[in-house]
Amino acid sequence: MGANDIDLILQQTVNAVALGGTYALLALGLAVVFSIMGLINFAHGELMTIAGYVLMYCGIAGVPFVLGVPLAVASAMLAAMAMERVAFRPVRNASGATLLVTSFAVAMILQVLFQNLISPRSQPVIVPDLLGHSITIGGLVIGVNKLFAIAATLVMLVALETFMTRQKHGIAMRAAAEDFAIARLMGIRANTVIAAAFALSGLLAGVAAVLWVSQRASVDPLMGFTPVLKAFIAAILGGLGSLRGAVAGGFVLGFIEVLLAAFLPSDWQEFREPIGLSLVVLMLVLRPNGLIPAATLQAQKA
Amino acid sequence: MASLLALENFKVRYGAVEAVRGINLDIRKGEVVALLGANGAGKSSTMNGIAGLEPVAEGRVLFDGQDITDLPPEEIPVSGLTLSPEGRRVFSTLTVEDNLRMGAYGVRDGAVIDAARKRVFSLFPILAKRQGQYAGTLSGGQQQMLAIGRALMCNPRLLLLDEPSLGLAPLIVEQVFGLIATLRDQGVTIFLVEQNVAGALTIADRAYLMSSGQITRHVTADEMRTSGSMVESYLGSQ
Ligand SMILES: Nc1ncnc2c1ncn2[C@@H]1O[C@H](COP(=O)(O)OP(=O)(O)OP(=O)(O)O)[C@@H](O)[C@H]1O
Ligand SMILES: [Mg+2]
Repeated sequence: MGANDIDLILQQTVNAVALGGTYALLALGLAVVFSIMGLINFAHGELMTIAGYVLMYCGIAGVPFVLGVPLAVASAMLAAMAMERVAFRPVRNASGATLLVTSFAVAMILQVLFQNLISPRSQPVIVPDLLGHSITIGGLVIGVNKLFAIAATLVMLVALETFMTRQKHGIAMRAAAEDFAIARLMGIRANTVIAAAFALSGLLAGVAAVLWVSQRASVDPLMGFTPVLKAFIAAILGGLGSLRGAVAGGFVLGFIEVLLAAFLPSDWQEFREPIGLSLVVLMLVLRPNGLIPAATLQAQKA
Repeated sequence: MASLLALENFKVRYGAVEAVRGINLDIRKGEVVALLGANGAGKSSTMNGIAGLEPVAEGRVLFDGQDITDLPPEEIPVSGLTLSPEGRRVFSTLTVEDNLRMGAYGVRDGAVIDAARKRVFSLFPILAKRQGQYAGTLSGGQQQMLAIGRALMCNPRLLLLDEPSLGLAPLIVEQVFGLIATLRDQGVTIFLVEQNVAGALTIADRAYLMSSGQITRHVTADEMRTSGSMVESYLGSQ
């Protein structure tokens, strides 16, 4: 293997970690909510889109990017909590199917609102020039936006791990995910835990949106759809409801996509997505409960 | 002595099934009261209804004179009543330490939490040794101790114990009954469901016998002293 090959592999690894990290954050957001209330929130993508539009408006209003980012993330958190309060709380104890349909409805309503109130077309977002630059390390050329994505993902994962294992409220969320009724018996408030799960998922979607927009410098009404579909696949691949699984699934999916794009012969490239999905299905055949199954699932199987 | 817990015409239903059919009972401060009966009699339903795990279909639950019938489960431990549920139900993906921390979730004062933890560790030294271990990796007996310890973390005035000796080795069962006596001496009032009738009768001040969702007999303290074996044969004959 020549120096060029090693450079290429390193280059693609950086790309895969950057993309996989974004999937991981999104999958984690889906998993946090699913683990607490059994809801697969398809409107998670619209939280991303909301954050994307806030970044866009901040750019138009001349708000500096460093201020626009926290505003965008906060708006996704608030939107997530509002979504829970308005749409999901009334159907909280309904079946999984009802919850799923509700989340589809929320997603579609928001998409229509974006199309009619903002624009059906893709809108440019002003991102700092710095994000478009790249730096050279040895033979490696790495986009600043990729480094930014990797750093942001790392910070988020470490912060979340600390919150979930050290903080009283994070531990309470894990307790509620395992046995909601008993968690309430301990004095853990159902409404608080669920609102916190949504806030956390909004935070993760907001950060993912900033990373997504930083790579593309545009936002459209359906922006959140594809990445969240990928994140959903990642969450299932990792083991639905398992937080560590969601992270693992996100990175594995990122690697599959980037490596296929880089190394699949060019006349195979149009089959990249189905090949990638087939690999996911194959992994699920081998590990039906996912890479790192959720504990509650293990308990049921035991 | 004043009544700490009173059930009035208390009913629990699962759909059309009436598991508890309008029972009345009364527990006074400092007592250990046993609730005994065959499988499916409605003992756990009674316990779960009191603690808020199941909704009370009809009737009232009075705790220390306060009506807690319709309180959501998360409000009940704050008022001083908690349940160690049937089947232990410790948080298996949390460490021993974090399970105890969750037991004290409603307690604000750090010093009170530390004191409660100290008490639990002195009652169950094994838990102190296993602090960092995931609860799911503990033995059945240790999980039972953790379930009781977790319930004690909120310093309850009334502790409901649903089959604390279930599935435990005889030596551990003895320890659990010893513990109940210790807790009583520390001023905790205890309402206890047990399959182990002989064991329960050695520590209980009084007992209610339950069958098909109804209280069929009340065994007073005097009767307990004179004719404990009567209860066993009564339950055995059902
Ligand atoms: N979640 C539930 N849904 C429907 N029926 C239930 C449920 N839980 C209990 N029951 C029924 O209610 C009745 C009382 O059950 P309960 O668990 O209270 O009895 P128990 O006295 O605790 O029995 P055991 O000694 O087996 O623990 C039984 O007929 C049982 O089948
Ligand atoms: Mg029972």
